[in-house]
Amino acid sequence: MNKKDRWAFVGMGLLIAVFPGVALNVKCISHYVDVMVFAGIFSLVSLGLCMLMGYAGQVSMAQAAFFGIGAYSSGILTSRLGWNPWMAMPAGAGVAALVAWIIGVPALRLKGHYLAMATLGFGVIVHIILGEEVKWTGGPSGMVDIPGLQIAGWKLTSEVAWYYMIWSVVFMALLFCLHVIYSRVGRGLRAIHEEEMAAESMGVPTACYKVQIFVFSAILSAIAGSFYTHYVTCLNPGSFNLMWSIRFVLMVMVGGTQSLWGAILGAVLLTFAGNEWLQIFSDFEILVYGAMLLCAALFLPGGLASLVPKVIGVFRNSLTHLCKR
Amino acid sequence: MLTVSDIHTYYGNIHALKGISLQVRSGEMVALIGANGAGKSTLVHTICGLIRPEKGTIMFQGAAIHGLLPESIVERGIAVVPEGRHVFSTLSVEVNLQMGGFVHRRNSSQIQEDIHWMFDIFPILRQRRLQLAGTLSGGEQQMLAISRALMSRPQLLILDEPSMGLAPLVIKEIFRIILDLKEKGKTILLIEQNARAALQIADRGYVLETGRVALEGESAMLLEHKDVQRAYLGQKGHLSTVPFAAKAQKRQRSCGG
Repeated sequence: MNKKDRWAFVGMGLLIAVFPGVALNVKCISHYVDVMVFAGIFSLVSLGLCMLMGYAGQVSMAQAAFFGIGAYSSGILTSRLGWNPWMAMPAGAGVAALVAWIIGVPALRLKGHYLAMATLGFGVIVHIILGEEVKWTGGPSGMVDIPGLQIAGWKLTSEVAWYYMIWSVVFMALLFCLHVIYSRVGRGLRAIHEEEMAAESMGVPTACYKVQIFVFSAILSAIAGSFYTHYVTCLNPGSFNLMWSIRFVLMVMVGGTQSLWGAILGAVLLTFAGNEWLQIFSDFEILVYGAMLLCAALFLPGGLASLVPKVIGVFRNSLTHLCKR
Repeated sequence: MLTVSDIHTYYGNIHALKGISLQVRSGEMVALIGANGAGKSTLVHTICGLIRPEKGTIMFQGAAIHGLLPESIVERGIAVVPEGRHVFSTLSVEVNLQMGGFVHRRNSSQIQEDIHWMFDIFPILRQRRLQLAGTLSGGEQQMLAISRALMSRPQLLILDEPSMGLAPLVIKEIFRIILDLKEKGKTILLIEQNARAALQIADRGYVLETGRVALEGESAMLLEHKDVQRAYLGQKGHLSTVPFAAKAQKRQRSCGG
């Protein structure tokens, strides 16, 4: 972790810590704590996807499917088989990892966009299975009565408790990702993204690394899916379709593919947009997303994360200007 | 040290290498010359495992390496300076060098030591160590690419078109460096279109033409060889063996004389 990351870490930590204190005291935004819980859950997905897109240079259109695998594993294991949620979570992550590995090994040995294509198909398959396997998943009507989470006998019921729990998980995931990026593996990944052939001739095991990152992103998505299940305590397959996969990709694109901070920023922004601000567009919401993607690609290829240093620079300049006067 | 025998490589349906055999002995510098599309780079990619050969064997220090993954070939001691340099342009010079030592796992003290050694050979890189590699000049990027390859402490260094796209003065500098490396005892396979410069510093040479070895021998002999002179050194020679010379003539015409 470098100095900049350390400052960003402290800054974000403070923001996240004081947010509920502020939001709960202002009536019209008091439900934002609830939205932020979702934002935290989606941040886990976008962190994994950011590692895949920004550092391994591959796109996955199946993050919603892995999210769904995690969610339904948790749902089925806890409500039908009576498992402890904390046991169901790693089980779901394990299933997602295995599936990702099976798809990833052939798709990532090939170069180019084969992973995007394979995952696109896979995402659709998972969505169909979730809708059709009525006996296990409840089919289109979904599942209800899924237990919530407990930590050491203490039930997580309030939104604020969930908020702090999920965001500490996000911070742990972020720390882990940052650690990976600045390690030897991370250098290898960035080299793959830069010049794949050169990286290969330096001895970077490109196919192996890409599969590992893909599996890692699937695990993070599945864990996020488990948290989601236990937070909303009901499931329906609509939350795991292709549109959601696209949304996850969009989160990373808007936030900035090369920045883990951007991934979190994008997840928060898109969650607020989806849950709050874009409700008035109803069915035309998808057009707005399209416009966002277009704008991000055209005007902000580095994503929102690339704006932050610029804004800080302008701020600093005007500050020194004021001081001189 | 490196023995390539009867290698056939395909790109889809295109038969790019049609049975190439060559040898690089320990401590010598071998030049591989030929026109565009002769298969020089394909041969390099085949040796370092980026493409699998359909037929034939590649032996390195007594062990077969064809069919191995690129990373294990690097580990066995073959490093390549890719054509067009391909430095990691958004990473700093120092990180580029660290990448070169990638196969040395967690031996970071050795990597650090080697980086300083590179800075001694290429002082300009020390000045630029925190600069992004993409902001270096062409010659500096080539030096970076060479030192990046040396970072893996290779037994055999393969240079693919090191003079490509560089100014004549810079090319001179790069060739001086390559000669220097050879004199320090590195075994080098030098792929070049700039045949004269390559043959002047190499011990032996191979002439590749449309996927086959057309000619091989001591550099001095090749420099004197009429067909080589005609085709690659831009001097007038007499027409001799048919396909070789006919092709050469055609090439000369298409280049405008």
